[in-house]
Amino acid sequence: MTRNSPPAEADIAALKARATTLRRHMLTMARGQGAGYIGQGLGIADALTALYFHELRYDPENLGWVDRDRFLLSTGHYSIALWAALAEAGIIPVAELVTYGADNSRLEMSTLDTTPGVEVIGGSLGHGLGQGVGQALGLRLDRSEARVFVELSDGELQEGSTWEAAMSASHFQLDGLVALVDCNGIQADGPVVLDMEPVADKWRSFGWETFEIDGNDMDAVVATLAKARQRNGKPKAIVLRTLPGKGVRRIEQSEKSHFFRVDVGQWDSIIDEFEQNVGLKP
Amino acid sequence: MSRAMEAGRTLAMGENEAAGGGRKSVDAPFGKALARLGLERANIVGLTADLGKYTDIHPFRDAHPERFFNVGMAEQNLVAVAAGLARTGKQAFATTYGVFASRRAFDFVAITLAHSNLDVKIIAGLPGLTTGYGGTHQAIEDLALMRMIPGLTIIDPMDATEIDAATVAMSDHQGPVYMRLLRGAVPVVLEPGYKFEIGKARQLRDGKDVGIISTGLMSERAIDAAALLEKRGISVAVLHVPTIKPFDAETVAAFAASVGQVVTAENHVIVGGLASLVVETLFDAGIVRKVTRIGLPDRYIECGAVPTLQQKYGLTVEAVVERIAAIS
Repeated sequence: MTRNSPPAEADIAALKARATTLRRHMLTMARGQGAGYIGQGLGIADALTALYFHELRYDPENLGWVDRDRFLLSTGHYSIALWAALAEAGIIPVAELVTYGADNSRLEMSTLDTTPGVEVIGGSLGHGLGQGVGQALGLRLDRSEARVFVELSDGELQEGSTWEAAMSASHFQLDGLVALVDCNGIQADGPVVLDMEPVADKWRSFGWETFEIDGNDMDAVVATLAKARQRNGKPKAIVLRTLPGKGVRRIEQSEKSHFFRVDVGQWDSIIDEFEQNVGLKP
Repeated sequence: MSRAMEAGRTLAMGENEAAGGGRKSVDAPFGKALARLGLERANIVGLTADLGKYTDIHPFRDAHPERFFNVGMAEQNLVAVAAGLARTGKQAFATTYGVFASRRAFDFVAITLAHSNLDVKIIAGLPGLTTGYGGTHQAIEDLALMRMIPGLTIIDPMDATEIDAATVAMSDHQGPVYMRLLRGAVPVVLEPGYKFEIGKARQLRDGKDVGIISTGLMSERAIDAAALLEKRGISVAVLHVPTIKPFDAETVAAFAASVGQVVTAENHVIVGGLASLVVETLFDAGIVRKVTRIGLPDRYIECGAVPTLQQKYGLTVEAVVERIAAIS
């Protein structure tokens, strides 16, 4: 059985180790072009680890399995984290990660849906949740138990289409739809331009069962995903408070950069520091 | 002259918008065809954005309520939800007005739908000048906008027979389609045995002096105008081009070469739509013909009764006759 599905008990220590591996992959990827959306990727690493190595039901050998849970990355520029997860899941080769963002690479800096494991084109922000609503409706018509997880971000909440989708999800009582709202406090022009708070209250008022947690706390992420399994007629929103650059001090402290660029020598020293901190290197 | 015009009323909505020549008509041919298809094709779903009864999808809604979704007044979400349904193996027919499908939801049609070649059919009501509600509701430039989207099939049918046939053909076709909808009591012009094929133009009348290349409801007016011009000694051929994309360039070029001069006729602005396609096609084929463009000017159209506006902007049979007589 190659399929991933949630075990009765989560091995939190193993998930934390896996999140560290994802982060290490992302540093390799960003070093390739000297740049990338590494801040966002490191921030969402724990949630993606919990999804791909605990919560989601999918089969890396059969990506088109009709009853798979779907993960839709609405913020296509978070692809750096998705590629790391897909490589660890055995869907794309780990050796390919170094091509991230390079000419002719299928590991784009903003996702297209032509790479294996990618469910939708992300990146034109505000497109993901509506597609998740459609997929959840389609799965329900087919009487499938599969669920749909949509990642979106706090900056993306400024796109009005997100709220069109949010309204329709509760109207259609799509309780198999889970929104993961990554609140990292940054967007293209710097700190979130429009104050989106209180984010959780907004989702509640749109009829969603809403949870708000530290998105870098693996115990909390795993426990909340378990709560979100309930089929109670309501879509679920998990507001993830994440730290951009989480786990790499120099990126955490880099004025909350939306797009992080340093020279190769600095990448090497960042990687050294990360490996020492996480015990990968003495 | 219609009663509305005689009375000086601006009856903007609710009249027979497509009717031109006093022919018999069929009510809601699109919705009836879709409801019928839905009986045998279980994967068809219908969607609308708060315009179910105004876009003729109500027969499908009534026949297959469990497969019908009204997403409310939210056209971006309409397209996104349709795309998501298509990703689970459904064939989604999504209806709204052309102005909203083209202008408001353009990014969703281009990226979420067409870029991924999803099996979603956008059915766009009130094409061109078929409503008197002014620029907010008149989709006079939708063909030009949608034409720029790679892989999107675009259909502008002329009558009830063709709407029925095109609905079947687009269901047989895997991929995104944008169809302009003539709604309500739609005239029957073509014979029941008429064969519609995506990407194929049909010559409806032979002639040698002038060749009208037309699409949508203007094709009915073109054949009526041609019959009247015949009495004035002007021989007029008519080529109906229901598929704007992919465009039947070969047939259009051969048709143009067979006549003395060309007239294009479309329920759309004369930039970016059929006229532009014809001129590009003739240029590429090296065919030199004078081309007269009948259609709407490059400006916003005001409010008013549809017959009044169609007369003012030269889309009536009489206007087509006079325009062609003047150049012959």
